[in-house]
Amino acid sequence: MAADGPDGDEMAVADFRPGEIVLEIPARTEFVSLVRVVVAAAAEIEPDMDHARIEDLRVAVSEATTNAIVAHDLHGVTDRVRIQCNLADDEVAVVVHDQGMGFEPDEVPLLPEPEAPERLLHESGLGVHLMRMLTDESEFSSSETGTDVRLVVYSSKRRRRNSDG
Amino acid sequence: MDVVRRGAGAAAPRSTVGGVQIVTHSHREGVWTVVSVAGELDVVGGPDLRQQVMAEVRAGNHRLVLDLHGVDFIDSFGLGVIVGALKRTRLLDGDLRLVVPEPRLRRVFEVCDLDRVFVLHPTVEAALGAGA
Repeated sequence: MAADGPDGDEMAVADFRPGEIVLEIPARTEFVSLVRVVVAAAAEIEPDMDHARIEDLRVAVSEATTNAIVAHDLHGVTDRVRIQCNLADDEVAVVVHDQGMGFEPDEVPLLPEPEAPERLLHESGLGVHLMRMLTDESEFSSSETGTDVRLVVYSSKRRRRNSDG
Repeated sequence: MDVVRRGAGAAAPRSTVGGVQIVTHSHREGVWTVVSVAGELDVVGGPDLRQQVMAEVRAGNHRLVLDLHGVDFIDSFGLGVIVGALKRTRLLDGDLRLVVPEPRLRRVFEVCDLDRVFVLHPTVEAALGAGA
C-alpha cells in the first residue's frame, strides 16, 4: 500500500490487516519464549479457540522460530526473523519467515522406530514432525533465499463444522 | 543432600526475554537421584538440563528420575535432551524414569511416540515404585 507524502512523494505505509500482528525479532534464541507468549496471547483473543489448540500452536511456533534463528545463525544472516500472526474468525495463522539458505522438509530423515535401540542415537529431528502433527495446516516454502513456514490452527467451531462434513 | 541449581549451576541466573530459565533441584531416594525441573525446556532451557544430567552422571548417579511437574513448556529441543539423558544413563547400565503429570506435556511426548520409549509416570512415587 502506498500514500502521498507531504511533498507528494510516495511513502510506504504498512499494509496491516485487521487482526494481524507482526513481530520482528533479533535472531537470538532468547527471543523464542517471547514469540510463544505473544502468539498464545493473540490466539486467546479468538473466543472460539480451544486452549489445547493454543498450546499446540505454541509448540509448533516455537519449532518454526527456533529453526529460523538457527538458519540465520548457520548462514551468518544478521537480519531479523519475522513472525506474522493473523487472527481470523475461525483460525489463527502464523507465518515465520527467515532468510537462511532454506531446507527441504520432505528430506528430513525419518527416525528409527521408538523401540529400536538406535532411536536413542537421535536427539533431534522431531521439529517438522511436531509442526505437522500439532496444526491443522502446515506449509513449508523454501528457497535459497529463505523459508516461510505457515502454521494454522482452526477454531473449535470450524473443527466441528469440518467433522460434520 | 538437596542441591538447587539455576541454569547449569551458574551463580547468576540467565534471563530470557519474557521467559523463564530452568531451575533444577536434586535429591536422593535410595539408589535413585530425583532431579526436579521447573521452567521451559526449549532451545534455551534444554542445554541447562543437559548440563545438569551430565553433572549427575559424572558424579556417579546413573539412575535418574526426571520430575517434570514444574515444566511449563517442552518442544523438540527439550525432548532431544531427555532422549540424550536416557542414552547417557543406559550406557552406564543406569536408567532414566520420567514424571510427567501435565496432559499438555504428555501430548508432546505422545505425538512423537516417545511414550513408547518412556513410561510417563504421574508422580515421583509412581516412578520410584515402578518395576525394572
